[in-house]
Amino acid sequence: MLIIILLISISLSIAIIFLLIFYWSMKSGQYDDTYTPSVRMLFEDKKGDKKSSSAKKQQSL
Amino acid sequence: METLVQTDLACYHCGESCDDSLWKDDKPFCCYGCQTVYEILSSNDLCEYYALEKNPGTQLRYVSEETYAYLDEKEIRKKLLSFDSSEFARVRFYVPAIHCVSCIWLLENLQKLKPGILRSEVNFVQKSVTVDFKPDSVTLSSVAKLMASLGYAPSIKLDSEEKKGTTTTYDKSLLLKLSVAGFCFGNVMLLSFPEYLGLDKVADGSLIHVFSWLNILLSVPVFLYSDIDYLSSAWKSFRQRQINIDVPIAVGLVALFLRSVWDIVTGYGPGYMDSFTGLVFFLLIGRWFQNKTYESLAFDRDFKSYFPLAVLRLKKQTVSVEEEWEPVVVYNLAKGDQVKIRNMEIVPADSMLLDEQAFIDYSFVTGESKPTLVKPGELVYAGGKLIGQPVKLVVEKKTSQSHLTSLWNKDVFQKPEESKYKRLIDRAARRFTWVILGLSLVTATYWYVTDASQVWLIITSVLIVACPCALALTTPFTYGNMLRVFGRHNLYLKNADVIERMASINAVVFDKTGTVTHGSDPEIEFTGELSDQEMGWVNILTGYSTHPLSKLVHANTPKQPTKQVKDFKEISAKGIEGTIGGSYIRIGSAQFTNFHENMDDLSSTVFVSVNDDVRGYFSIRTAVRKNIQGMLSRLGEKCEAMLSGDSKADKVLMSTLFHPTAQLLFKQSPHDKLNYISNLQHGGKKVMMLGDGLNDSGALKQSDVGIAVTDDTGVFTPACDGILQGDQIGLLDRFLALAKSATTIVKAGFVLSFMYNAIALSFAVSGHLTPLVAAILMPLSSISVVVFTTVAVNVAAARKLKVNPLS
Repeated sequence: MLIIILLISISLSIAIIFLLIFYWSMKSGQYDDTYTPSVRMLFEDKKGDKKSSSAKKQQSL
Repeated sequence: METLVQTDLACYHCGESCDDSLWKDDKPFCCYGCQTVYEILSSNDLCEYYALEKNPGTQLRYVSEETYAYLDEKEIRKKLLSFDSSEFARVRFYVPAIHCVSCIWLLENLQKLKPGILRSEVNFVQKSVTVDFKPDSVTLSSVAKLMASLGYAPSIKLDSEEKKGTTTTYDKSLLLKLSVAGFCFGNVMLLSFPEYLGLDKVADGSLIHVFSWLNILLSVPVFLYSDIDYLSSAWKSFRQRQINIDVPIAVGLVALFLRSVWDIVTGYGPGYMDSFTGLVFFLLIGRWFQNKTYESLAFDRDFKSYFPLAVLRLKKQTVSVEEEWEPVVVYNLAKGDQVKIRNMEIVPADSMLLDEQAFIDYSFVTGESKPTLVKPGELVYAGGKLIGQPVKLVVEKKTSQSHLTSLWNKDVFQKPEESKYKRLIDRAARRFTWVILGLSLVTATYWYVTDASQVWLIITSVLIVACPCALALTTPFTYGNMLRVFGRHNLYLKNADVIERMASINAVVFDKTGTVTHGSDPEIEFTGELSDQEMGWVNILTGYSTHPLSKLVHANTPKQPTKQVKDFKEISAKGIEGTIGGSYIRIGSAQFTNFHENMDDLSSTVFVSVNDDVRGYFSIRTAVRKNIQGMLSRLGEKCEAMLSGDSKADKVLMSTLFHPTAQLLFKQSPHDKLNYISNLQHGGKKVMMLGDGLNDSGALKQSDVGIAVTDDTGVFTPACDGILQGDQIGLLDRFLALAKSATTIVKAGFVLSFMYNAIALSFAVSGHLTPLVAAILMPLSSISVVVFTTVAVNVAAARKLKVNPLS
């Protein structure tokens, strides 16, 4: 029976970690705009424009 | 006639149809504004803008050079910037023009247009742009100006900026509570499985014990965090000695939680933690569903949103001979200051005109759409919009004391937003609570006599099942669905309570300009005889004038290539004259063109004479919205009145539209409108007001339901309960009928949920409420209520709104 208690405590703590991640992502505003990022990722930077694209990446991190 | 308007030619930038006079790189443009944007973009290698979406731009009507200069004022800057240092600053602009993928792309590439800008990020849902920039190399005003020059003028409102933040954080906290409740509900259910399957007899007793304790642990966050809104609201209404729906819910929840804890701690049973967490989860889903908000719309603007934030003021001690103008915040204006107002700007304070003449459009204040001519030395009231040449004014009164703001000192605007309206659900809850109280007393006495040791257990289980969870879900799901149905038909309501108030409406009052009629785009008709060539001359001649009527005539006559006009003269308050192609043409008032026959004053008229021979006149009439006739006749006597700020010019037209019993009142000031509504209310009527301008705002606020009618939901609307798109006004009577049927659906939902409560109570009273029964009954009742209301609302909507709106 001990093994069930162990498994449940592991699964519960994993679930709680996911809940906390969701909580954090919600708080940090990741769900504020559900449309723009889907469009933004399809924009292509033109050639010869590498500098600004890498700069952009850095900032968006 | 070599240059006819080619309708198939569309502006490369904005998609408006245009003639082929403006070409750049083999692309047609409708105006210089659009062409300029194209040139900026092409010179910066940003033409991908046009590849993402066809004709993505917005037409640039006017771009003023200094409009944003005031943003560099210290005070305003401090309010707008969310972060400021010498190296880095961040600002968030609200840009109503954002509408497509190209907009996002361009606005996120601002750094390619101006070196000092570091990064910009669009939030499409909120129509806002966050711009990071280096304050030491670009100023805030130049960022705003850059965006305005591209057709994305940021609209800057200091007050609304603060309010925006609070609404989003509220929604967020509800979602967080919902997610915690959902998480705990799922896990508690899993841990209760042995209980459901009857495994507790087979399995190890200690394991069950561990599961129960885990359930307590998982329920604590739900009790302390997720349902806190219900508990605090119940506590508040309890202290005010009012029973609302949250009281029985909170009692049920507390009873459920404490009883379960007691059961588990004493080892009496497994508790009802699954029902408890599930209950909170469902309740929060209902609340979330009801809280559909239209983020890009604002319902709570007051007069300040109409005013400019800053104006140009004459610098007092100037060394140079030339006049120097500095931007100053409107609220810092003092009596005696000289200010300069440009075309389409709003006069911020009552002031006196210094220049020769000015045309002021008071439609914001009085509803009168015809611009008034103001002579030097006359007062210009705050809220008037200047049309034409820039003028100089001397401020007479401070903004806060002006004619317009006095309306806001009325009681309606002073008292806090507290609806006296007793909601249907709270009325039901009050009766419900008394019934439950009585029932538990009877059961308590019965069990006290028969088996005193059982009393507390029975009482708690009665309170548990009496928790009107399904009842509480009925209204949010009915009204939430209704809100969405209305939204699909372009009626955006502030919240769900408005629907309930809409159902009780028995008097509808309309504004005229912008509501019954189109605010802009008047109908122009020419009576008389003019050859095509002469008509062309009229077009050319009116093109030289800035008078609003000339502009209207110019826009509504076939466009002509510009020709030499000799001896052009504009005589103020009379008309214009000039010689084209050897013919002497006068356009203007009847007196000016020597027209002496009597005219009935139904509309504005502009006369045309060629070589002193009157050839006819343009009559300018306001155009009535489509579909409104049918709607008004279906409304019948419910349509109480039409209140217009305009003169009686349209009285005949209006009387053909409205029901004979409807009162038609003209020259109504904002105060008159407000008083009319409150008189109706004193007569026991529930009034709905439809209006569009600032002059209706008092009436909109006073009425039970105030609906702002607008052609573009992005532009300003006064404070109201709902925003209706202009072309949907023909459906108004159907919307009202649908709101009524929503009330019927809610009542049917109440009956359904009471039925479940009755079944559950019969278990509880007789002492048979096991955790398993509770775990089945509670979700079942909630789900069936949700399904019933959703289906009913959609069926009702399909039936009521499907009718061809043109009929």
